[in-house]
Amino acid sequence: MKLLEIQDLSIHFGGVKAVDGVSFEVNEGEIFAIIGPNGAGKSTIFNLISRVYTPTKGNIRFEGQDITGLKAHQIAGLGIARTFQNIELFDHSTVLDNLLMGRHTHRTTNFVEDILFLPKVRREEREHRRRVEQVIEFLELEAYRKKMIAGLPYGVRKVVEIGRALAIGPKLILLDEPASGLSVEETRDVAFWIEDMRRDMGLTVLMVEHDMSLVNQVSDRVLAVANGRPLALGEPAEVQAHPDVQAAYLGTGAAA
Amino acid sequence: MELLQLIIGGLANGCIYGLVALGFVMIYKSSEGVNFAQGDMMMLGAFIALGLGNSDQMGLPFAVAVVLAMILMFGISWGVERVVVRQIFGQPQFALVILTIALGFIFRFVAGSIWGYTPLVLETPFAGQNMRTGGIVISLSDLVTIGVTLVLTVALWSFFAFTRIGLAAQAASQNQMAAYIVGVPVMRVNSLIWGLSGAVATVAGVLYATRGAIDPNIGLLGIKAFAAAVIGGLGSLPGALIGGLVIGVIEPIAGRYAPGELAKMSPYIIMLIVLVTRPGGLFSQIHMKKV
Repeated sequence: MKLLEIQDLSIHFGGVKAVDGVSFEVNEGEIFAIIGPNGAGKSTIFNLISRVYTPTKGNIRFEGQDITGLKAHQIAGLGIARTFQNIELFDHSTVLDNLLMGRHTHRTTNFVEDILFLPKVRREEREHRRRVEQVIEFLELEAYRKKMIAGLPYGVRKVVEIGRALAIGPKLILLDEPASGLSVEETRDVAFWIEDMRRDMGLTVLMVEHDMSLVNQVSDRVLAVANGRPLALGEPAEVQAHPDVQAAYLGTGAAA
Repeated sequence: MELLQLIIGGLANGCIYGLVALGFVMIYKSSEGVNFAQGDMMMLGAFIALGLGNSDQMGLPFAVAVVLAMILMFGISWGVERVVVRQIFGQPQFALVILTIALGFIFRFVAGSIWGYTPLVLETPFAGQNMRTGGIVISLSDLVTIGVTLVLTVALWSFFAFTRIGLAAQAASQNQMAAYIVGVPVMRVNSLIWGLSGAVATVAGVLYATRGAIDPNIGLLGIKAFAAAVIGGLGSLPGALIGGLVIGVIEPIAGRYAPGELAKMSPYIIMLIVLVTRPGGLFSQIHMKKV
């Protein structure tokens, strides 16, 4: 079943066609990777899906529903979570508070109930805490629960961001370069986590990644883009062998 | 005895600084910017309450006038955010500073053209009522000021610490992009916080007006309140109140015992001392990394 359908997606910033006529579909339970040289428009596609940008043309459907007209804050509630290439966390809060903030859309108590801390609020709070603990256990973040984000090493912050996305309880998770800046061991952990997200949590994963070994290891299908345009779509080996893709990476300009 | 008397009056004054400082902190907590019109919002709130409540104006009962004024100021501040402040969303913080200074001038002009520049007195049920205990005179308005301030500070603190929307506001101040993707409607939250800060400013204005006449320039008190907020750490609500109290108490004591103009300078001298010794303020929210 198709979970995410992207049709003829385009966005132009002035004369720059950052994304230009990109179409693809992500099936439920699939691990799908977008690859391409720097500036190809990969992160822009993520920003279009998470409604940070509004497309000039084309549309985005999630579970059959057109989400092109929704606002950025309505995306999490649908079950789409994401991480950022440059890590966007609440820096002056603890790891635990960052993960709990991921539960925001699941909080149903109102302001008066919150202030009075009614039994209903306490029950809900325990449930959120339980869900967050599962994420902490999954990503092995136990040692960092009460630590401020601002003082944590890069690799850990990267994992916390994945944790916050998981705490949202999504159906689809968008990972923007989950392995960039990580050591070989850390990248191996990320690969295992991505596989477990699908196997144990039933998630669909869409990721942008430069690390080809990670892409080859985990992804079912790969879309290669360059200069905002799609080059090839298919299995990892097939896409990498594609002449246009090789030309784009080697910079011969044949693709443009 | 004289010192104790000064301290009590100072605490009540300090509560007003503290309440205006709470407004600074609320807006800072949600949009990480400083609203320099906070003092003028206090002034406008006081005048609206006066316009609704005084017998020669609309003559509504005091409590009704105050609640209505709070609701009106909530609406005005909410509208200011929606219509004006939102236009500079994403601009450097300096833009907000200039914009809010301009807003302050507009509020002063509006109040001046409706109520004039001659000082007016708000009619309150507790005017002129004093209590004497052991040589000290405590006015009822001092007691009301202190009580209301404490209750409001605790309420606001719980709002930011425990409620869904309060937490969302704090999240938005730390990282707007991250707030969006966890589902926080950042713009809507900002408008709400502005509205709330308008209501809080009105309470401060009414309490100020129970202690003396008001004119459109009383908003300049906002500068002292800003010093209070900085002393408290700008991100901390209890810190803002403590900062206000510190300034409120030091001022009359310096006025009594220190030479000349030192009393007027005292709030800023304290602010400088705090900034030099504890750059993050007394209740710093920026936690230093322990080495």
